[in-house]
Amino acid sequence: MDELGRLPGIGPKSAQRIAFHLLKVAKEDALRLARTIVEVKERTVLCSTCFNIGIGERCAICGDDRRDRTVVCVVEDPRDIVAVERTREFRGRYHVLGGALNPIEGVGPEQLRIRELLGRIDTDGIAEVILCTNPNLEGDTTAMYLARLLRPLGVRVTRIASGLPVGGDLEYADELTLGRALEGRREVDA
Amino acid sequence: MSLYRDEAVVVRTMRLGEADRIVTLVTPEHGRVRAVAKGVRRTKSRIGARLEPLSHVALLAWHGRELDVVTQVEAVDTFRSIREDLPLLAQALTMLEVADQVAVERHPMPAVFALLVRALRTLERTSSPAVLGAFCWKLLVAEGVGPIVDRCARCDLGNDLVAFDAGEGGFLCRSCRRGQGVSPDALALVRRVLGGDLAGVLAEAPVGPVDESERLALGAVERHLDRRLRTARQAHELATPLPPR
Repeated sequence: MDELGRLPGIGPKSAQRIAFHLLKVAKEDALRLARTIVEVKERTVLCSTCFNIGIGERCAICGDDRRDRTVVCVVEDPRDIVAVERTREFRGRYHVLGGALNPIEGVGPEQLRIRELLGRIDTDGIAEVILCTNPNLEGDTTAMYLARLLRPLGVRVTRIASGLPVGGDLEYADELTLGRALEGRREVDA
Repeated sequence: MSLYRDEAVVVRTMRLGEADRIVTLVTPEHGRVRAVAKGVRRTKSRIGARLEPLSHVALLAWHGRELDVVTQVEAVDTFRSIREDLPLLAQALTMLEVADQVAVERHPMPAVFALLVRALRTLERTSSPAVLGAFCWKLLVAEGVGPIVDRCARCDLGNDLVAFDAGEGGFLCRSCRRGQGVSPDALALVRRVLGGDLAGVLAEAPVGPVDESERLALGAVERHLDRRLRTARQAHELATPLPPR
């Protein structure tokens, strides 16, 4: 129960419930979970190209020749790759920075995998970099910094759009988000 | 627990759990406040964007034992043009760190708050590189440790001032000189900032003296706080990206 309680979002009550559930389920089910955890810890490593989590030197995305290697989506964290992949809108490759610039917390360019990204521009023949960092102060700062570094290299640099969530009400939108949505408006194809 | 209203500038944020943040605020009536903002990392959060660092907001919050809880937020100013310009952002982030360190928890700080908001508005309006240095000098005055600029801080006599030592409390004459050497232009600039000609300094903003004055001011602030400012170096790096090695 103590070990389960260390997991994020698991309080003492939930840890107790999971522990009793594991005692109750079939032995094979519990062992399968245990084996999966061991396997994940022993086999997964960071991809040497994009720093996504994967098995082997290159992750599944970098190893997939059908994906466009000239377009790279820059994200802060491997979890962001999962979010972008869920859209099924992107067929290029990724680069994981490992965080975002945050001068107040002492995170500068040297702490992120920016040099590795610059190194990929020539070797991978990258034509477009999509800056897909979080739409907050740290993510925006990182995007601006990267844009200043990348533009002189002759690469097309784009930033994901920022605006209103689908299904939301305009009435409740904050002025910063609504302002950006207005700024990024586009013509309607009818 | 009691409910209170105040204005605030968000000076830093920290992730908490799955979707929450701890925000650190500098307020006029309650000084430095650390509060939980629930669910603000979700894309549909109604207050998340307003609680980004740099935002000037009016808020409603509950007093908590350790952390307060933010319940409502209205944006007063988001300083958007600062957010979208790296050199301006670098100045602003350093001002936020200084305000964060100077402010005392649950202790009214109307002067520090007003100075911070004025400095951010000035930065947005003028885009002058001289704002950060001027903010630091004026903050030191507000804190009661403003530098002596009209005579030697050590012997109280000499007016041929050639050096600055925060430990001595200001500028020093040729015979008492210690600390950092100071050019006549930088000294004149600091005198103008503290003597009521800030508008002129912001408009002219001569590069060399502005940089020198900013360095001295940041050093004096670090000495006053007795700690190094993290943002000063990092922010400078941001504003001038170096080519890759």
